[in-house]
Amino acid sequence: MADIAIAPRRAKTEIREATAWDQLKHNPNWLGFWFMVPALAFLIFFLAYPLGLGIWLSFTDTRIGRVGAYVGTENYEWLWDDAIFWLSVFNTLLYTFVASAIKFGIGLYLALLLNENMPFKAMLRALVLIPFIVPTVLSALAFWWIFDSQFSIISWSLKQMGLITENINFLGDTTWARICVIFANIWRGVPFVAITLLAGLQTVSPSLYEAAILDGATSWQRFRFITYPLLTPIIAVVMTFSVLFTFTDFQLIWAMTRGGPVNATHLMATLSYQRAIIAGQLGEGAAIASAMIPFLLAAIMVSWFGLQRRKWQQGESND
Amino acid sequence: MSSVQIRDVRKSFGNFEVLHGVSIPIEDGEFVVLVGPSGCGKSTLLRMLAGLENITSGTISIGDRVVNNVQPKERDIAMVFQNYALYPHMTVADNMGFSLKLRGAKPDEISNGVKRAAEILALTPLLERYPRQLSGGQRQRVAMGRAIVRDPQVFLFDEPLSNLDAKLRVAMRTEIKELHQRLKTTTVYVTHDQIEAMTMADKIVVMHDGIVEQMGTPLELYDTPANQFVAGFIGSPAMNFLKGKVKSNGSAGFEGPNGVKLPLKTAPANSEGQPAVYGVRPEHFTIADDGAEAEIVVVEPTGSETQVFAKLGGEQVVAVFRERHQFSPGDKVRLKPDPSLVHLFDETTGKRLNG
Repeated sequence: MADIAIAPRRAKTEIREATAWDQLKHNPNWLGFWFMVPALAFLIFFLAYPLGLGIWLSFTDTRIGRVGAYVGTENYEWLWDDAIFWLSVFNTLLYTFVASAIKFGIGLYLALLLNENMPFKAMLRALVLIPFIVPTVLSALAFWWIFDSQFSIISWSLKQMGLITENINFLGDTTWARICVIFANIWRGVPFVAITLLAGLQTVSPSLYEAAILDGATSWQRFRFITYPLLTPIIAVVMTFSVLFTFTDFQLIWAMTRGGPVNATHLMATLSYQRAIIAGQLGEGAAIASAMIPFLLAAIMVSWFGLQRRKWQQGESND
Repeated sequence: MSSVQIRDVRKSFGNFEVLHGVSIPIEDGEFVVLVGPSGCGKSTLLRMLAGLENITSGTISIGDRVVNNVQPKERDIAMVFQNYALYPHMTVADNMGFSLKLRGAKPDEISNGVKRAAEILALTPLLERYPRQLSGGQRQRVAMGRAIVRDPQVFLFDEPLSNLDAKLRVAMRTEIKELHQRLKTTTVYVTHDQIEAMTMADKIVVMHDGIVEQMGTPLELYDTPANQFVAGFIGSPAMNFLKGKVKSNGSAGFEGPNGVKLPLKTAPANSEGQPAVYGVRPEHFTIADDGAEAEIVVVEPTGSETQVFAKLGGEQVVAVFRERHQFSPGDKVRLKPDPSLVHLFDETTGKRLNG
């Protein structure tokens, strides 16, 4: 009895040392990592792996049906001396800059228009979205017919009006073909720009405009000094996306011209597809696709600086 | 500076009329407060004055000029908005100088104007900040600065203090009043807060459901409210209303709910037996032996005064005492309204019956 009473009751009072595993279990970072795993796996399998594979392929001479060997930068050296590749680079830059600039202009104009109070506003907003909803290939086919060398409705109308005597060879002439694909891309891209800018316009408090009216601003001055500066963050986002989409465009071109005539509308994406899949030269096609990366990175860098929070957007700092 | 005349102004949105013929004369240099519950049309009237809303009928003139069809920027008014409406992408100085810049003023003219207004409002150290970097009270001052820079004929304020916390609201109230005393610019100020109206106004206009209920100095409205609405709206805690009828038994008197006897100084002529509403402000009750018996429900001491909620003839009333009584819930007290300070209103029209 006495022994028991004296013996320290260690078993119950002692606190167990936390093991490394215990600490890990309660570590929010460790837990957070596991929550991220599904998303991470998705990104790795569907984005990082194809990208890595594409870059690897561009350093091999893989062809369809044959495992390639590592050839270093041979594919790139080839492309460096390939006039068609450089033509496609030129086409892509032309296509991207002209189409994006016009999409921005028309999109901003439409957004400002749709932000006004007018009858059937909701219906007009829905109508603007139509080109965006129609599948790209479908609208490309429609444009293919509109610009057809024999059955073009434009040629037909102009002939009926007596303005021309012969059909315009829209997709057969190099200049016309470029104009036509750019036009189709603009038609398709404007809704995205317009609706996103409209969303941005609606975040501008109406009382700012009222204050500006009382301050004596004309409608142009209200745009210039209130709307435009407040919209710049949204413009940066929209135009980054617009440039990225346009630069990597494939469907429209492929359905309308397949890069022709005489490669006048070949973009880097279509040329890559033609070399890799049609001609089977996977390595060379991958090299063309990989050559787009520096351009896209440059576009992202521009937008990254554009997206930096402006000084007036920052909170309670004292600088 | 100039006077403002609002004559029989009406405003309809579609078929819905929100202002039913409002006339308000505003003298040169006067501080007029439009007060009323939300939806009474006070903000609409202010926006019509600014030119942000069309006038359906009637006329508004600023100085000698009818401004119904004058563009907002030509009216020579400046407005302070409830949410301040500061341009977020401009510094304080640019915000304040924007109207001058649009007018085509020279850079040194703009900076002088901004500097002068900034000194008046103690904004000089903040001129290079952006609105986001300012506190609520500072933003409020910038909004006023933007108005001062323009040196307008009339200042318009649309609930400028409602986004501030209670303490700051009191401080800004004093600041605005002081500013008006200094600049002497005609001011129209809209608020739903009767305390703001009472403390700041030269003239209060009480609005309700699109009409003017009463116009007058703060103390006129407090002492002789024209109707039951104004009586209930002005004063805090609100006036107590007890239904009953005039019943003089030798001397003038009033029979309240459940036969409670309440004193009247004089009964209106030919009013014996007339149903009416008896109004007494909480601060006009005293404890007296000949008062009506009431049972105390809740006691709320605030330090400077004590609010007592009590049942009088079955109706809850509130009384405010400056002196300290030892009350506790359930106590019976005798409450006596000061007969010279009670109000009598018509039961149906709500119009004031006694002089």
